[in-house]
Amino acid sequence: MSAATSRPGTADRSTVTETIKLRLRAPARLRNLELLLLIFAGAIGTGALVLVQLGALGAVDSTVISFGAGVLGLSLVMHIALRFVAVEADPFILPIATLLNGLGIAMIYRIDIAQGQLGWEASGLRQMAWTAIAMAAALAVLIAIRNHRVLQRYRYIAMFVGIGLLLLPLIPGVGREINGAQVWIGIGPQREDGSVPLSFQPGELAKIALAVFFAGYLVTARDSLSLVGRKFLGMRFPRVRDLGPILIIWLASMGVLVFQRDLGTSLLYFGLFLVMIYVATGRLSWVLLGLSMFVGGAILASQILGYVGNRFNGWLDAFNDDIYNQAGGSYQLVQGIFGMAGGGLIGTGLGQGRPDIVPFADSDFIIASLGEELGLTGLFAILALFLLFVSRGFRIGFAGQDDFGRLLGVGLSFVIALQVFIVIGGITRVIPLTGLTTPFMAAGGSSLLANWIIAALLLRLSDTVRNQPRLVVES
Amino acid sequence: MNKELKRVSAVVLLMFVALFGSSTVISALEADSLRVDPRNTRTILASYSTERGPILVDGVAVAESVPIDDEFRFLRTYSQPELYSAVTGYFTLNQGDSGVEGALNDALSGTANDQFFAQLNAVITGQDPKGASVELTIDPVVQQAAWDALGDNTGSVVAIDPSTGAILAMVSKEAYDPNLLAQHDSQAVIDSYNALIEDPNRPLLNRAIGGDLYAPGSVFKLVVAAAAIDSGQYTADSQFPNPPTLQLPQSSDSISNAEGGNCTGADTVSLADALRLSCNIPFAQLGGALGKETIAEYTERFGFETPLEIPQTVTESVFPETDMDEPTLYISSFGQGSVRTTPLQVAMVSAAIANQGTLMTPTLVESITAPNLEVIEPFQEDVLSEPISEETAGTMTELMVANVNNGAASNARINGVDVAGKTGTAQNDGRDNTLWFTGFAPAQNPEIAVAVVVENGQGFGNSVAAPIARTVMEAVLNK
Repeated sequence: MSAATSRPGTADRSTVTETIKLRLRAPARLRNLELLLLIFAGAIGTGALVLVQLGALGAVDSTVISFGAGVLGLSLVMHIALRFVAVEADPFILPIATLLNGLGIAMIYRIDIAQGQLGWEASGLRQMAWTAIAMAAALAVLIAIRNHRVLQRYRYIAMFVGIGLLLLPLIPGVGREINGAQVWIGIGPQREDGSVPLSFQPGELAKIALAVFFAGYLVTARDSLSLVGRKFLGMRFPRVRDLGPILIIWLASMGVLVFQRDLGTSLLYFGLFLVMIYVATGRLSWVLLGLSMFVGGAILASQILGYVGNRFNGWLDAFNDDIYNQAGGSYQLVQGIFGMAGGGLIGTGLGQGRPDIVPFADSDFIIASLGEELGLTGLFAILALFLLFVSRGFRIGFAGQDDFGRLLGVGLSFVIALQVFIVIGGITRVIPLTGLTTPFMAAGGSSLLANWIIAALLLRLSDTVRNQPRLVVES
Repeated sequence: MNKELKRVSAVVLLMFVALFGSSTVISALEADSLRVDPRNTRTILASYSTERGPILVDGVAVAESVPIDDEFRFLRTYSQPELYSAVTGYFTLNQGDSGVEGALNDALSGTANDQFFAQLNAVITGQDPKGASVELTIDPVVQQAAWDALGDNTGSVVAIDPSTGAILAMVSKEAYDPNLLAQHDSQAVIDSYNALIEDPNRPLLNRAIGGDLYAPGSVFKLVVAAAAIDSGQYTADSQFPNPPTLQLPQSSDSISNAEGGNCTGADTVSLADALRLSCNIPFAQLGGALGKETIAEYTERFGFETPLEIPQTVTESVFPETDMDEPTLYISSFGQGSVRTTPLQVAMVSAAIANQGTLMTPTLVESITAPNLEVIEPFQEDVLSEPISEETAGTMTELMVANVNNGAASNARINGVDVAGKTGTAQNDGRDNTLWFTGFAPAQNPEIAVAVVVENGQGFGNSVAAPIARTVMEAVLNK
């Protein structure tokens, strides 16, 4: 399907060198594939909701289904918008996000039923509303940012926004401590169980701002970061004056760890930064330096801060009776593991297990809930979806035309991969348990909003990747 | 940049491989051991929400799981709680079970091995798993008669069909309401349990088979007489010296007969008359002459010191020969001293005599039936032992009939039917007497063997226990 260029911008090129012909992909095919996958994702999501109702209630409640259909309708709206504003965007990102989001809603709704929550108290309904808001925000991002390169210009603003968002929960009056972590802002009085009527985790959005800042900053600064330095043990280590950024990020991560008592978020930001600086500079020394700084800080923190030490003990010796029964011990972790074991290979079936035994079964531990009711098979499918999502993002890194876009694509998709690893790795005892949300699935508006914006940015980036015509030299 | 990207991609892949691996370990490789962890409430909850099979008496459920709108889905309900509490026992969510509920928990909950494929089939075909139902050998008429006859007394009644070992009635008083322990509010269960434990009448004790053993008193003379005759050393007519008091060997203590004086007025008394009139002194002499080894051998043949599950475990009755000195042997020979029994054991002695010397294994289980109506376990008649010969049994029957017709057990007489019986009144150092009756009827073609014990006895076995036994036997004979 080589097309002999009737497109405007390419016309001058072909007049410069007659021997070069352009080969373009047929854009509609990608969107049609996306529509097909989206219908598939919608069928699975709706099916999951129906199964939850049949399994847990024994009857179908059409109001909830129609809400779910409304959410599905929004993703169709997004699909139609893509046909106009990002014709060549990656066709897998939207269906995967929709499917994960839909499964998450079904599971959250299922746990609402188990806990007898109804109306706007129910997390499932809130999650649907937040999904709508998040998709609308994603749509706005897609429409507003027609060329991702403009983001590079705002890298320092992004830095201030990112750090500001991170620090926001520490401001008295705005910040709220929920379940031991000071990572929330809230409006309205705190309830007895610790929840706040309207609460938000600004740190989730900060990861986008920080990824934009890292990408923009590293693209301009990488030469000085990579080429200059002293060789030591066969590796080139950076100059002390170039250590500024890594020190700032390390301090910020440690600040999150110490003042906000959130090990997971701290690890997430620092890991994101390390990977992006490594990809930008190609210097392994940065990774070693950064890792040793973080591990050193974390070990120190585990000695000084009780909550970090508890997390480590609960990880290494989860089934010890003392640790299991201790406040802040491994009860939640062990009950989550019991749930997954109860599910076995094929799961109990939606609505048939008892995921609500585990504290935070619909947010931090939603993966354990899904593992119980969908089994190992379901978990593998979910992990495979995440892996596919991340690989689509990495594709931008491999195939992108500009370094800022490539770096941003890698950063945003790696942050999803790392978050999945930290949360699921914590639940399945690969690493110590930390309180992070499973992207697209866990109950929580801020997380949904942030991840849908990431999806929108990846869609935008993938569109610009493919918009670059592939040149084929013909003799 | 691509080289670095490849490496990062490899790292991401490794991270996901770790997650695939760790979830496989949990959900597949270690799943079985995680499921049986005692802290795994899912496994416990799952066992509650299977529909536990009912316990049936004559086809009517005395314990059944009734659907209820809570997370456990079923509430164990006892329709005649106190009447059957000694049989059913109780079922709690997490405080332990007792009785048939506890002993047949595997079958009732559907987790017994022979129900595995049935349960698997139920899962595949989408049915809710159910436990098997247990039909009891209890005869509701006899059970009710025993309950009513025991009245306000503290004690127990056990009735056995001598030819099969089927337990027709088993009553223990004080009784309790197992519904109190089947509630789903665990604090209420704990409170009820503590109240029952602290109750001075100790209602949780199944006096028929467990808990405290009783001194059998004169009903033990049946065992000693049977041993004497069956061993061939004595006959019913063997004569014994008949003094009003007897100085115990190696002791300054002396014993006397319950009524005072000597037994018949004559210088000597036959074994038959000694049993008929329940005289202590001839039996003390007989026991001393037989020796503790012989008596111990016959107690074991009758079921003493034999592990027994009916299906709940029966406390073993004892005749502790090893550290028994001569004086203790003398007084144990008429049921005092160190010999201790359960009412079920006493009923088994009568049942063995009634069944021509063959002791059938007592059981409560008529059949166990799977939800698909397949009989998993039909009724089984098992011979537990053959303690005495048919001939000895015949002689013993004659002696026991005489005991009722013109002897110490006169209150067990039933018009038109020969009743074989023996009373007992065991003295408990200053506390209330333990009053006994055991026997069977009709003497020639026995349909029921019975043992009655009354703990808080005022009077004698014949005045209190024998009428109760008569009522129970009449309940069978009038059918």
